[in-house]
Amino acid sequence: MRIEVIVNNRKIEMDVENNEFLVDTLRRYGFNSVKRGCDTGNCGLCTVWVDEKPTLSCATLAVRAAGRHITTIEALQTEAKEVAEFLVAEGADQCGFCSPGFLMTVLAMKKELQNPTDEEIKHYLAGNLCRCTGYVGQLRAIKKYLGVA
Amino acid sequence: MFTIKNYVMANTIEDAYRLLQEGKSNAILGGCAFLKLGAKRIGTAIDLSKLNLDQINETEDTIEIGAMTSFRAVETNEALNKYFNGVLPRSVASIIGIQFRSAVTVGASVYSRYGFSDFITALLVLDTEVELFKSGRIPLDQFLQDGAPRDILTKLVIKKSDIKASYQMMRNSAVDYPILNVAISKGAAGWKIAVGARPQRAALAMKAAKLLDSGEPKDADIEAAVNTAVEELTFGSNSRGSKVYREAIAKGLIARGIREVL
Ligand SMILES: Cc1cc2nc3c(=O)[nH]c(=O)nc-3n(C[C@H](O)[C@H](O)[C@H](O)COP(=O)(O)OP(=O)(O)OC[C@H]3O[C@@H](n4cnc5c(N)ncnc54)[C@H](O)[C@@H]3O)c2cc1C
Ligand code: FES
Ligand code: FES
Repeated sequence: MRIEVIVNNRKIEMDVENNEFLVDTLRRYGFNSVKRGCDTGNCGLCTVWVDEKPTLSCATLAVRAAGRHITTIEALQTEAKEVAEFLVAEGADQCGFCSPGFLMTVLAMKKELQNPTDEEIKHYLAGNLCRCTGYVGQLRAIKKYLGVA
Repeated sequence: MFTIKNYVMANTIEDAYRLLQEGKSNAILGGCAFLKLGAKRIGTAIDLSKLNLDQINETEDTIEIGAMTSFRAVETNEALNKYFNGVLPRSVASIIGIQFRSAVTVGASVYSRYGFSDFITALLVLDTEVELFKSGRIPLDQFLQDGAPRDILTKLVIKKSDIKASYQMMRNSAVDYPILNVAISKGAAGWKIAVGARPQRAALAMKAAKLLDSGEPKDADIEAAVNTAVEELTFGSNSRGSKVYREAIAKGLIARGIREVL
């Protein structure tokens, strides 16, 4: 099926299979920041924004992206770099594999929540798993980034 | 990997229903989070996205939740946070993460009658009706018993009231499936106690609830109700917990829920 999708503010025509998930389509079209980290929908690595809302691209059928605005970390380099600096300063990144999905969620949280508490931050980020660092360093970094430390 | 031969965006609910009946392998698409885990070979996949079923509407005496509403929308909706102590938002809040909840849908979750469902347990202590295209409107507890094969769930209709409610659950770790979940409510018609993930699907503990109905329950009444609930409901074992363990935590969760509602 041929669909038209707006990825990172650019209209793209894509050929997709009926049972293809958006994560695979985006990768086929060169958005390699978007990755699959699990088979079950648990890890959050594949998070992209669909019409500004953080959503699992591994559970979004590609055909359903037709006419939607999709945002990936490729379009948010400046913002991502800013968050990354806070993460590095707190020793909260190691292999970095989880970062694309994590950053998409952090950036969405910044837009959605004002002065969140620790509990609200943890709740918002619970769906992004990291196998390396543990979450204490991440929380310290994110609180500093949001100015709520 | 599940496969889809034809994909159809339904223009009307009638079309969707007709397509569903045309072949045994045809299926409605919810958020696809569960479908993608299976190996179903779908003939025609029927998408309800254009039917305006992703709305939460407050009427004079009800709140209606469309089948394609996401769990994230349930979690953040103003009316649902205002009524029943926000028991519905609270019930879905621990399911994986926000990006997962943006994908999964209310209709699929209720239609599938999952034993572990957090949402169904909470719905069960409210006055909830399920609207199905063919079978019409039926009370949730009846739907949970009988199901409605090859029908389409279109919306949930919840009666507004000053019911006070509480949601309790226990998980081995955040974002895992619940080992047990409990919802409690108290309204003009009395108390309700629902226990799910036993691991069987949620059911009401009717005898236990009756014990709370005569005036303000004291500690002894709560203890009696908790013990009765565990006796009248069946509990079982699976990889998340044994029957004995579930019975033990059920007592704690039910008592906590009752005290929260008092
Ligand atoms: C990894 C994982 C962990 C989970 N953990 C939890 C948890 O801890 N607690 C919890 O409560 N839930 C949990 N769930 C279940 C989840 O919340 C959803 O209930 C589930 O994914 C189904 O929603 P969906 O929109 O993805 O449905 P889909 O996968 O799209 O559909 C599921 C089934 O419902 C049918 N269907 C869809 N919509 C309708 C409709 N309107 N009418 C009739 N039939 C329909 C489909 O044909 C299909 O058979 C989990 C799911 C997954 C995948
Ligand atoms: S790839 Fe793990 S949640 Fe999507
Ligand atoms: S830094 Fe390695 S998975 Fe998160």
